[in-house]
Amino acid sequence: MTPSATLEALAKAGIPAPVKPLLTVENLTRVYGKRIGCADVSFDLWPGEVLAIVGESGSGKTTLLNCISSRLTPTCGTVHYRMRDGVSADIYKMAEAERRYLMRTDWGFVHQNPIDGLRMTVSAGANVGERLMAVGNRHYGNIRGAAIEWLARVEIDEDRVDDQPRTFSGGMRQRLQIARNLVTEPRLVFMDEPTGGLDVSVQARLLDLLRGLVSDLGLAVVVVTHDLAVARLLSDRMIVMKEGRVIEAGLTDRVLDDPRAPYTQLLVSSILQV
Amino acid sequence: MIAHAADAPAQNLASYNFAYLDEQTKRMIRRAILKGIAIPGYQVPFASREMPMPYGWGTGGVQVTAAIIGRDDVLKVIDQGADDTTNAVSIRAFFAKTAGVATTTTTPDATIIQTRHRIPETPLHAGQVLVYQVPIPEPLRFLEPRETETRKMHALEEYGLMHVKLYEDIARNGRIATTYAYPVKVEGRYVMDPSPTPKFDNPKMHMSEALQLFGAGREKRIYAIPPHTEVVSLDFEDHPFEIQHFDEPCALCGAEQVYLDEVVLDDKGGRMFVCSDTHHCESRRAEGHRGALLGDEPAFGDQPLTDKEPAL
Repeated sequence: MTPSATLEALAKAGIPAPVKPLLTVENLTRVYGKRIGCADVSFDLWPGEVLAIVGESGSGKTTLLNCISSRLTPTCGTVHYRMRDGVSADIYKMAEAERRYLMRTDWGFVHQNPIDGLRMTVSAGANVGERLMAVGNRHYGNIRGAAIEWLARVEIDEDRVDDQPRTFSGGMRQRLQIARNLVTEPRLVFMDEPTGGLDVSVQARLLDLLRGLVSDLGLAVVVVTHDLAVARLLSDRMIVMKEGRVIEAGLTDRVLDDPRAPYTQLLVSSILQV
Repeated sequence: MIAHAADAPAQNLASYNFAYLDEQTKRMIRRAILKGIAIPGYQVPFASREMPMPYGWGTGGVQVTAAIIGRDDVLKVIDQGADDTTNAVSIRAFFAKTAGVATTTTTPDATIIQTRHRIPETPLHAGQVLVYQVPIPEPLRFLEPRETETRKMHALEEYGLMHVKLYEDIARNGRIATTYAYPVKVEGRYVMDPSPTPKFDNPKMHMSEALQLFGAGREKRIYAIPPHTEVVSLDFEDHPFEIQHFDEPCALCGAEQVYLDEVVLDDKGGRMFVCSDTHHCESRRAEGHRGALLGDEPAFGDQPLTDKEPAL
């Protein structure tokens, strides 16, 4: 049988076709002079999967995230992304225009500090609508409608659509940032400590919201966090980093319940118990 | 003998090169202009010179004019449409002195029109050059302060941000409230700031017969719109671009469909609206058109019209 005939047969039998990874990272290394940001990191990310990168501060989590999200050029190594047409492309071999287009359509980036990810001097509606306008939407009514719909999905009242994010609380700003990123229905979202700096009850609601959105939209997510509780709640798989290198990787439950590397054991045992 | 020796260089000092700038500088500016014409709407960096006037008074426009002006040219300078304001009179006198060119206030007679923030009401014809004085050439400046980033956005044609500004206008005011420096897209490629002309003048830039050159002295940028170039004002499908409309005609010449200035007459709320383009208003009055507030004065045509410049 030819491969395509095999796939058809599988589909008839109700077995889904084997999926290919959405993002393939190989031997990614970034050095700052003599210092290592991250070294020799390789992993695959599958469609709809949430991957957590954990480790203490200075372990290279953010460097890694910036390298794979094309915000920081790696020293060596490759990042391949499977486009919507199924072709896998090296993001650092793409033309800059194509890469930037990808970043504002198929990808999202949620910053730890919402001020970095929002335009603080334009209204919430314009913040959400910016990506739509960037891809050529030129109908004010439709843009505003989409913005209001997304504000509702992230639990922001419709009557705040014309308010500037300056007037929003920390939790609202973070939810607005998420809406702004998801409005173009990306397939891959990067998050850098999305719940950092929020108090626990707001954190819990945000995590709840994120979990719902991720499963509804089938998002693939790479989330950087130092909070193991966030990793356990959100992620399917996790990577533990120390001094720029991956020291342990595996299913979240396995890593947290049965940590192998001594450092991971230390990390897990350091969680405060209430 | 000593006095005579001292006199000779003093005479040399008093004479300027033709049109003030040295020939090498003019060549540099002409190269920038040619590049600007070749890439309509693209901001070409150039080595802007110090001019004998403060930044913000038209140093960019003056340099462009100096680079293109020839002995046979006839120069008109307007400031907000008026030929008789300080800025216009001084720049006209400047070129009359340094280039010895003929000057005029009559739009159709001019070969070069340097303008601060208006396009004449009389349609321009082929062979004329309109030189704009531009304070801030970067339309994205107030949305994205980093020049490195805005240049990248122009290069990659990422203009979504421009519509964020228009969206914000509608969200706050119910309509696009930008009334001047209204962004345009030139020949389907570059988004351009038409300098702070009222948006009333934007349609005149589209498919203009005349060459339009823009000079920003402080910002060191030159850009251009060649004749017969498509210039489209940005808008939304459900909030299309509109120009300003005035309820009443010009109080002096009765013109409609022109851009009017509001003039306060007294401290009791009295005001009138008159043509911003003084040549247009004067020529209409010379033709016998009379506005509501012209009163019993003789029509403008009864008085002799002069092009005389005050001595510098």
